Formats: sequence, structure tokens, C-alpha cells
Amino acid sequence: MMRWLFALLFLALPAKAAEEVVLGLSHDRVSITANFDGSEILIFGAIKRETAIPEGPPLQVIVSLSGPSKPETVRRKDRRFGIWVNTDSVEVDAAPSFYAVATSAPWSEAITEVEDLRHKISIPRAIRSVGAPMTVENAQAFSDAIIRIREDNGLYQLLENTVAVDQQTLFRTSIKMPANLVEGAYQTRIFLTREGRVINKFDTVIDVRKVGLERWLFSLSRSNPMIYGLLSLTIAILAGWGASTAFRMMRNG
Amino acid sequence: MQIFLPIAEVSVNLFLLLGAGTLVGILSGMFGVGGGFLITPLLFFMGISPAVAVATGANQIVASSFSGLLAHLRRKTVDLQMGTVLLIGGLVGAALGVMLFNYLRSLGQVDLLVRLCYVIFLGIIGTLMLIESINAIRKSRTGRTSKRHKHNWVHGLPLKMRFRTSGLYISVIPPILVGLAVGVLAAVMGVGGGFIMVPAMIYLLGMPTKVVIGTSLFQIIFVAAFTTMLHAVTNQTVDMPLAVLLLLGGVVGAQIGTVIGLRMKAEQLRILLALLVMLVGAKLGLELLLQPDELYSIAGVGGA
Repeated sequence: MMRWLFALLFLALPAKAAEEVVLGLSHDRVSITANFDGSEILIFGAIKRETAIPEGPPLQVIVSLSGPSKPETVRRKDRRFGIWVNTDSVEVDAAPSFYAVATSAPWSEAITEVEDLRHKISIPRAIRSVGAPMTVENAQAFSDAIIRIREDNGLYQLLENTVAVDQQTLFRTSIKMPANLVEGAYQTRIFLTREGRVINKFDTVIDVRKVGLERWLFSLSRSNPMIYGLLSLTIAILAGWGASTAFRMMRNG
Repeated sequence: MQIFLPIAEVSVNLFLLLGAGTLVGILSGMFGVGGGFLITPLLFFMGISPAVAVATGANQIVASSFSGLLAHLRRKTVDLQMGTVLLIGGLVGAALGVMLFNYLRSLGQVDLLVRLCYVIFLGIIGTLMLIESINAIRKSRTGRTSKRHKHNWVHGLPLKMRFRTSGLYISVIPPILVGLAVGVLAAVMGVGGGFIMVPAMIYLLGMPTKVVIGTSLFQIIFVAAFTTMLHAVTNQTVDMPLAVLLLLGGVVGAQIGTVIGLRMKAEQLRILLALLVMLVGAKLGLELLLQPDELYSIAGVGGA
């Protein structure tokens, strides 16, 4: 009986990896304030191992930071009656609002195609698109468009060779987040790879939140739009009245 | 210094916003226009989505018109009766406009609708103003004056009502229709609609010029307030900090503009405004006609 229990316990415990990630973050939350102008996050850590560093090609580190995913509608413009009009549209099932992936080596050396497919690390893999309507030709172009548009806005970043690894033990990288961030839990993943194969994986979350006045206004506009609208109007009317009184007083006195 | 706008979810330079507000304020002070038709396109050029630009524009108009209305109320140059009739049409129009706006938004065509409206209206108004002010300059040289027509088809309609302040006895149908049209435009374009209403009141309804501005401001405030509420409740696209910043610039600019306006001749001012209106219209029009750099777009905040 006892022996069975031990065996069960053993199975339940995760297999201990030979090399493990110990992670540090410069900050685990990003606050969007009124003067928010983007943020830079320093991700650093160490590789813990009980044994000597294995022989062969060196260890590589991949860090990915991903914003909340949601379905996106992508529209394509076409020329109709001489002007450019939105015509076809494709719903992409899930696309992260932000996605940065940093590697310690050129992409092809850091990870193999198969492992990328399994863990969904590269930018195109992070986007999921299945149900494009049959009427739209070349649905892939729509997913590509998301990547292109967001890369131009600094929202999707492929940062090759930007993770510094010292003595196959310490690593660090920094990721710039632009000002136009969406709120939510930002999934941070660290992969250790050898010869393109993932040997260890570590997950954590960075919280991105609007704070202070930004938070208050945003949530009021969603939860109580009526009051938000009335408040906007009150401020507008007070400002208009204040301005006219102020300038009348200036002219008179 | 960048400022993050919570509803538009973009970060914009604070001084750029204040500057835009001031510029539009100066123009509205110089020319006596609301400036909504300039603010909304300026917001497009800054990368704010049309849905947010239109809704916030409506909010900003409430503020700028309110100080104007107070001045007119003190001078008793507001026809409250006519204003109320225009307002009834305006509220219905605004509701229809927001419905149209939301319907096209669901189709992904709201961007096109707003831009097309701007191109068409700015083009027409700009051209008309230019022609009229050139004619006015010519006439002032030859010394002839034109007469306002007293009787037209408007006077044959039923449901007549007496408007004391304006000294008119006309049917309520034309003012309601004028109000309705302005309401739709207010909801779709984020403008007060003064640039449509003022000529319509003078030429179509035959109202005396001195009550026209005050009465249109009266109608505009309520229609803009109603539009702001509709956009805030149905789309949640009113950006309060954005409106406040535009307002601050606008209030200061309007006072500067009034001083400049007093030093220039009315006809010259009108030609300048006409050219400006045509320029903004042409810029928006070109964006529709030329092939965009990026054919694809992601439906973002406000679903544009």
C-alpha cells in the first residue's frame, strides 16, 4: 500500500529538469498614467543546475512577452467608384495586442520549427486564424497585415540576438513597450533551448493597468456611460461659462 | 510632453493638442464659426479614430457654444421660440444620425462616411463662401446692394406659427427640417452645424441677421449635448481629457481671434476662411482618392 502511494507521489511531482530558470523582473507591473510614454522592462535571471554544464552547443534563451489576445477584424481597402473603400474583411481568431520575442542567437539557431510550432513562440505562430470566409481570397494576407501594421507601431517586435547570456548561467534582456498599450495580464515566457530543443520553460505575468485618473475615467465610461456623459457635459458647460465670465471680467476691469 | 488619452487609447503630444485647440479657437474667434468642422479633421490627422474624434468634437462644441450663447442671451439676440422648433428637429436628427453612425460602424464603413461627409460639405461650403465673398467685394466696388427675397415657397406651407423675436409668421415645417438636417450632421460629423444652419435661417426662413447666430447657438448646444450623451452611452467614445485640452486651447484662441478679426475686413476674412475650408476638404479628399500606403486596417477603438 505504502509503496503504491510513494509511486503515485512520484508520478505527481514534475520531472525535475537538469537546467532550470530563476527569474527576475525590473518591475512586475506597468502603470498607464496620464503622462505614460511607454515603458522598458528589464528581464533577467539565472539558470540553476545541479550538474556540470553539458557538452555541445551552448544554451540559448528565448524571452517572449505577450499582451492579451482577442479576436480582431481586419479590413482591406479596394478602389470602388474611384475612391478607396473598406471591402473584404477577415476575423482573425486571436491576436495578441502586444508581442515581443527576444532571442540570444539568430532565430534559426535558437529554436527549431517543430518546437516553435509546439510552443507558439514566433510572431506568426502567436496569431491564430482558422475560420477565414471562403469568399475572401488569400486570407493569409490578412494575418500578415496584422503583423505588418503592429510591427510598424512597435507592438510586435522580433529581437534577435538581444538576450545576453553569460557563462551559460546568467541572462538578461530589455523589452521596450510603446505608449499605446492595451490593459491586461502580459504573459512572460522564458525558454531555455539546446540545439533548438526546448529543455525548460518558465511563465510569469506582468500586469499592465491604467491607474489614477485614467483608470477612473475609463472604468466610469464603461460601467456608467450615462454618468460619464453627464460629467463630460457638466465640465464642458462649466468651462464655457468660466471662460466667458473670466474674459468679461478682464475686459471690464 | 506626451499625454495618454484613456478612451482613444493613444498617447498624443500635449502641446500639439493645446496648439490645435488654440488654432481652431483663433479661427473661430476671427470668423465667428464654431470650429467643429476643423477640429474633427485635425484629430483625424493626429491619428485619433474617427469615432472618438466625432464624439469628443461634439462634447467640445457644447463648451465653446455655451460661452457664445451667454453673450447673446445678455444682448437678447436669441429667438427662443424658433430655437425650440429647430431643436425638436435637431434632437430627432441627432438620434437618426447616431443610429446611422452605429450601423455603418458595424459594417466598418464609418470612417468612409465621416470623411465623405467632410469632403462634400467642406467642398461645397468653401466654394460657395469664396464665390459670395468675391461677389461682395465686386458689389462694394460698384456700390450696388442685393435685396433679400421676402416671399418664397416657404410661406405657402401649413402649420403656421408666429415667431415674435424674429418678426416672422411662417410654417414650422421648414425650421424642423433644417433642424433635422443639422442634427444628422452633428451626430455624423461631430460639428455644431452652424455653417449649414446660419445660411438656411437667413436665406430660407428669412430671419433677421441679428438673431441668427444666437438662435443657432441655442440649438447647437442642446443638439451637441444630446449627441455627446448618445455617443457616450452607445459607443463609449467620448474622451474627456481630450475634450478638456482642446477646450483650454480653444477658449484662449477665441479671444485672440476676436481681436485679429476686428482689425481685418469682413470680405477678406471670408475669402481666407473659404480657402482654409477648401484646403482641409481637399486634403481629406486626396486621402480617399490616392492609394493608401497600407490597404489593410485593424478595427480598433471605436471600430473604424
